[in-house]
Amino acid sequence: MQLTLWTYEGPPHVGAMRIATSMEGVHCVLHAPQGDTYADLLFTMIERRKKRPPVTWTTFQARDLGGDTAGLLMNSVREAYERFQPRALLVGESCTAELIQDQPGSLATGMGLPVPVVPLELPAYSKKENWGASETFYYLVRSLLAAQAPNGAAPNPAKDAADAESEQSATGQAKPRANLLGPAAMGFRCRDNIAEIRGLLRSVGVEVNVVAPEGATPEDIARIPQAEFNVCLYPEIAKTTCAWLERTFGQPYTKTVPIGVGATRDFLAEVAEITGLDISAEMLGEDRSRLPWYSRSVDSNYLTGKRVFIFGDGAHALAAARIAAEEFGFAVVGLGSYSREFARQIRAEAEKLGIAALITDDYLEVEQAIAKAEPELVLGTQMERHIAKRLGLACAVISAPFHVQDVPAQYSPTMGFEGANVIFDTWVHPLMMGLEEHLLGMFRDDFEFHDEAAPSHLGGAPEPRPASTDPEARAAATSTTETTDTTNNGSAPAWAEDAERELRKIPFFVRGKARRNTERFAADSGLATITVETLYDAKAHFGR
Amino acid sequence: MAGNAACGDDLILRERGQREVFCGLTGIVWLHRKLQDAFFLVVGSRTCAHLIQSAAGVMIFAEPRFATAILQERDLAGMADCNEELDRVVNELLERRPDITTLFLVGSCPSEVIKLDLANAAQRLSLVHQGRVRILNYSGSGIETTFTQGEDNCLRALVPELPELPELPAQSEADSPKSLLVVGTLADVVEDQFARLFSEMGIEPVHFLPPRRATELPPVGNGTKLLLAQPFLGETARALIARGADLLEAPYPFGVEGTLGWLRAAAGAFAVPETRFDTVTSMPAARAQRALARYTEQLAGKRVSFLPDSQLEIPLARFLERECGMIPVEVGTPFLDRKLLAAELGLLTGEVRLSEGQHVENQLDRLRRERPDLTVCGLGLANPLEAEGMATKWSIELVFTPIHGFEQAADLAELFARPLARRGSLRFGTCN
Repeated sequence: MQLTLWTYEGPPHVGAMRIATSMEGVHCVLHAPQGDTYADLLFTMIERRKKRPPVTWTTFQARDLGGDTAGLLMNSVREAYERFQPRALLVGESCTAELIQDQPGSLATGMGLPVPVVPLELPAYSKKENWGASETFYYLVRSLLAAQAPNGAAPNPAKDAADAESEQSATGQAKPRANLLGPAAMGFRCRDNIAEIRGLLRSVGVEVNVVAPEGATPEDIARIPQAEFNVCLYPEIAKTTCAWLERTFGQPYTKTVPIGVGATRDFLAEVAEITGLDISAEMLGEDRSRLPWYSRSVDSNYLTGKRVFIFGDGAHALAAARIAAEEFGFAVVGLGSYSREFARQIRAEAEKLGIAALITDDYLEVEQAIAKAEPELVLGTQMERHIAKRLGLACAVISAPFHVQDVPAQYSPTMGFEGANVIFDTWVHPLMMGLEEHLLGMFRDDFEFHDEAAPSHLGGAPEPRPASTDPEARAAATSTTETTDTTNNGSAPAWAEDAERELRKIPFFVRGKARRNTERFAADSGLATITVETLYDAKAHFGR
Repeated sequence: MAGNAACGDDLILRERGQREVFCGLTGIVWLHRKLQDAFFLVVGSRTCAHLIQSAAGVMIFAEPRFATAILQERDLAGMADCNEELDRVVNELLERRPDITTLFLVGSCPSEVIKLDLANAAQRLSLVHQGRVRILNYSGSGIETTFTQGEDNCLRALVPELPELPELPAQSEADSPKSLLVVGTLADVVEDQFARLFSEMGIEPVHFLPPRRATELPPVGNGTKLLLAQPFLGETARALIARGADLLEAPYPFGVEGTLGWLRAAAGAFAVPETRFDTVTSMPAARAQRALARYTEQLAGKRVSFLPDSQLEIPLARFLERECGMIPVEVGTPFLDRKLLAAELGLLTGEVRLSEGQHVENQLDRLRRERPDLTVCGLGLANPLEAEGMATKWSIELVFTPIHGFEQAADLAELFARPLARRGSLRFGTCN
């Protein structure tokens, strides 16, 4: 049993729903008790989807349990088929149905429906949402391509046939084609990232063959082998499928997720290598994104060494760590992910950055790690947004799970060169502007312009830690600040009153660091009491 | 009371099929806010945790007063281990939260299917934590409960814990009223309004269940007059009746008419003189009428359908029909408790079609055919229906908003008027 307050991922059948909801002409039947239909609202409310998820639920109740739940399932499958006329049917179950062992997958496949029926195994007590999405996509692609799959990795007849009739470029060469795999409902910024990557590939002479699962039909899936290679855009969803397509149809796939300028350039280099296309230096050039210049411009000096804590799904956390370190000049003080499947890569990246990776799906553990790292900016999911709000820290959302405000109306990709622009704006926006930060350092006692004020361009809240009337929120806020203050209890040097007063004159966003450095300096120097002099000695010792 | 044609048994449409409703766990979202010293521990799956999180929509607190003990593969292997694990989780939790005085172990679909005995666990753990924490259990599972039935089960679990109403010495009549008990979660502000009205009428003492603190449980016994603030509390009502309480039949306090009828039921039981009742209620009732007028104009003549959700559908349809001039087309309810809705069914006068249970696809077919001006439905259906051109009201707002009593009557009407007013105000060029 695992004690959980908030969860980063839903159960695996929600992953199956994400695949079905992304697609056209596919329907999903889930054997599940009454109440599990709540998951429909994720799609209709958070993503404002205009259609109900194409999911039929058996919604059994206690009175059904004594009777024929298998019959109920088959009836639901039949009704769903007749009403929605899908061209492929996914059949699975939620956690409770798993316990009653009706085997919905095999029941449905035995019904003789005239469309492919894909049985799903979604072990709810050991796996989670992204795993469920990945497996569902994989099994769906496998069943729809079963007829085309050659025995062993052989040359690809489907592709050869398509090659003959495909669009010819000016030189008479066929344009290479790629599939974009992985974008799915409730994935981070999928709508705009598809458009951005489609444009990016077009700009280097690559045509997009199929995008899946988002917007794809079963017939589109059947066309996947016609492309030369696959773009593994969201590895959490598509990596298993890409690896199978490589083994089965000899289609290579890209390993770099094009988030950030450097990663986008690496991605294009991979594309060039796979296709043999000559991608010009101009195409890879820094001028394609504004991020490099914005980051170099003097205004961005204040970003230097800003402490940033990163947490998200595997691909997004990895990408953010690289961008933060290489393209913003931030100091990455925390890196973690709830995607255990990516633990190895995250650990390797963290090691490169000289920190320990945090691999967990325990929200409280993440909160503690953030409080301890004392970052100035948190890049995370909607969970970290809440943590940051409570701790009075700046925050930007970079990964699923997200809320309705992270599905913007405006074009907001995070991938490709335009995505890098969006990232620059998104990450800088919550921060205090450079000059404002300096002014606070100089005139911190101004009653209107004090150091607890929010960045002026954000308006609204006068304090980052509003004096909540709720004792629970207040307790949470104080307890987290207290933990940083009391960790060095016991043998730790004591603060003299005037030193404590002097410390308070330091703006709050660097105060924690100053306190920590001073205490470490005092301890190293064997001092029992920290005076004003100690504070400045430590400052001289460590620098900013 | 003149019966309504629609409430004859044969005229109710009973359907079975996919039910697009929440399970009883959802009630934790408001119950944990009302009972400030209680904690709700769902013993369930990741789905349960995900449900509460998604239904709540926002994460307000770092450590909310609810959590899920997620069953994992090894818990399913052996029940002995499962109980041990539960004890471990509870101990860990109580250590973390010393402020908690009452802990509810909340059963879920998986815990019930594997027959994890939470009543037994609650007893066992109560012994361990005796004197410090009261540990109770109830079911919020989807196989046992629909949405608001979770609150019913939670309050039902509190009933055996209620102290006995003290016997007054030399009581003149055995059945004379000694105490008024108002049952059902009310917004604190509404509770205070009702408490003032009862006090002005001279009714005392008045207790509320649930109380704001789980340690301040109201007494019950012979002489307790029971007034339900919510129509979905059948199990709780039956348990209180078994402890000697006497259920007052009344409409529910939605709108001016409902509130007057509800207060009158209490006034009658406590022999409040008619003149005093009028003095106390006439001013707020008139004020509510005035406030309501602004919205009734917008709502009159508009057709409304309810999809089954909270069991509030019938009283709300009655309010919309009789006080706002709306025309209910279909009023769906997940479960119809005739005893608790007797007064309401008598008031619903139109040609309304009542439906019980759900076959969501058939219901949506009817909706598309009839195209009411407003559809009250759950969050999963609202945007898709809006995209089809139908105005909707999210039903969950009706359980998260103070809507009871005189002062909220206009707020309640406004909830239904807003989507219509919004549609009227938006202009997107000629194609609108």
